[in-house]
Amino acid sequence: MTTATTTTPALKTPKTLKTLKTRKARRPWTPSQIVLTLLGVAVSAVFVAPIAAAVLTSLKSETEAAEIPPHWLPKVWTVQAWKALWETGNVSNWFVNSLVVSVLVTAIVLSVAALAGYGFARTEFRGKGVLMGVVMAGLMVSPAVLGVPLFTTVQQMGMVDTYWGMILPQCAPAAMVYILYKFFQGIPKELEEAAFIDGAGRWRVFFTIILPLSRPSLAAVGIFTFISSWNNFLWPYMVTNNPDLMTMPNGIATVMNSYGIQWAQLMAGGLMAGLPLIIVFVFFQRQIVAGVAHTGLAGQ
Amino acid sequence: MTTTSAETVIAPVRAKAAASGATVRRKQGFQHGGWFIAPFLLLFGMFVIWPLVRGIYLSFTDANISGDGASFIGLDNYREALGDQAMWDALGHSAYFTLLVVPCITVLAFLLAMLAHHIERAKWLWRLCFFAPFLLPSTVAANMWQWLLTQGIGLFNETFGLTTPWLTDKSYAMTAIVIETLWWTVGFSFILYLAALQGIPAHLYEAAKLDGANAWQRMVHITLPMLRHITGLVFALQALASLQLFDQAVAMMDFGPGPELSTRAFVQYTLEQGFTSYRVGYASAMSIIFFVIIAAVALGRMVLLRNREEGGR
Repeated sequence: MTTATTTTPALKTPKTLKTLKTRKARRPWTPSQIVLTLLGVAVSAVFVAPIAAAVLTSLKSETEAAEIPPHWLPKVWTVQAWKALWETGNVSNWFVNSLVVSVLVTAIVLSVAALAGYGFARTEFRGKGVLMGVVMAGLMVSPAVLGVPLFTTVQQMGMVDTYWGMILPQCAPAAMVYILYKFFQGIPKELEEAAFIDGAGRWRVFFTIILPLSRPSLAAVGIFTFISSWNNFLWPYMVTNNPDLMTMPNGIATVMNSYGIQWAQLMAGGLMAGLPLIIVFVFFQRQIVAGVAHTGLAGQ
Repeated sequence: MTTTSAETVIAPVRAKAAASGATVRRKQGFQHGGWFIAPFLLLFGMFVIWPLVRGIYLSFTDANISGDGASFIGLDNYREALGDQAMWDALGHSAYFTLLVVPCITVLAFLLAMLAHHIERAKWLWRLCFFAPFLLPSTVAANMWQWLLTQGIGLFNETFGLTTPWLTDKSYAMTAIVIETLWWTVGFSFILYLAALQGIPAHLYEAAKLDGANAWQRMVHITLPMLRHITGLVFALQALASLQLFDQAVAMMDFGPGPELSTRAFVQYTLEQGFTSYRVGYASAMSIIFFVIIAAVALGRMVLLRNREEGGR
């Protein structure tokens, strides 16, 4: 990358300046733009279609949803499935559970990972290198990989069927520590040294200098943690059978098992679980995209 | 590079600090960091290291789910696992799924990112449409596709005029899960590619244009090489995630192993052994085998990366 930038000098001829100016105004519809936009619309339609089908199905009656042959638009529009699910099911319960679990997981991960990332980046202690290696090895452990031993461990601690049993095992993400560690390493040490000279302590430096500088990285880690915790299915599925403790993804999965398959309700429930994040995404698109890109790219 | 430039800026400060005898204090500032790491270490020890150690221990025993009265049986679990055709089948399904999904997702994510990057209008809309499925919980995405692909009442066959038995025939079941997975998770890799595309300096393209390179040449000689790192990353992240296939497979197959066990993934088989057959020792042995596989893939990537970097220099 660096070689490329040095060999190609930035050209600031009058011509390029002119194109920069016109770029600000609305661009005309060139043939290639028309083709690309049409292609974009077509591909987007394919991506949105399953969600649209779910919305439309949830607005059908249960009998119409199971009709053969199927059709996209409801003949009779009804919110009966949504209503039934809300009244009979534990949906509101699951929603609150999901919220509690995801918010707590995010809060704990952020605090713990920020502290640890800083500790690894900026402090010296015996055995740091070894510890760092162990943490890196932890990147490869997940409930999917070590499910059964993890479950028996949580069982031993008496946390099966509890909130903490669902929350705490999601709170030791080596990946997030690594991301923040990398970020903290990039902050010039001199900023801190100056503060130490002025008599500030370790913790004060951390809270008043490091954390404010790291807001974008912390946001990225927080957003990514929240998404994966909100959507986490496997771990809550393993650790609780209690309908009162289930989170949205798990609760919705039981709707299917317990009522036989009621497609309209199933789709309504799925949308209740899925739409909150999508709506949040519409409003915080830029931050979420940056967050996902940042956490993902840090895998480098 | 940054250190040298910072060094020159900071030298006067350093000199001043040394002169005033503050060096000692500055050095002390960077010590005693153990407390920062303690909370993480506690959680990490409890929920990562301890289960790993415990898993290794359990894998040498015939423990059941209650954990009582386990006796040491040496390598028997491992011996049994290696001779267990069902385990190899499950591993095969996970591997097959990975081989199908990883290249498809990489190519698809790249194409979507190119599309979204080059359309000038309503950029937010394309981002939203391609990324939204990733925000759905795994079971929800799986249920949507289960419904779309169910024979008779599903809109997929109806719309395309097919009668494929996606979910009930073993020759289609895994393909159905692959299609669902592509739709559901391509958004993540798409975002990585999009971010990388936006990071390519525009002047590279301008210079190439001045040199008379056409759009295709610019893509082959600038875009693709600049994205090589991301492609490696997407490949690795997807491979590690795909090997751990579980959620969508069970959710689309009504929590069963699919037609003729054809979609039972490795994770699923392990959990079945642990939670349905209560063979915790045996399940732990398989977990450890799986951990070794995952670690091998991850280490393989690291070695490849290192070699490439050294080769590049």
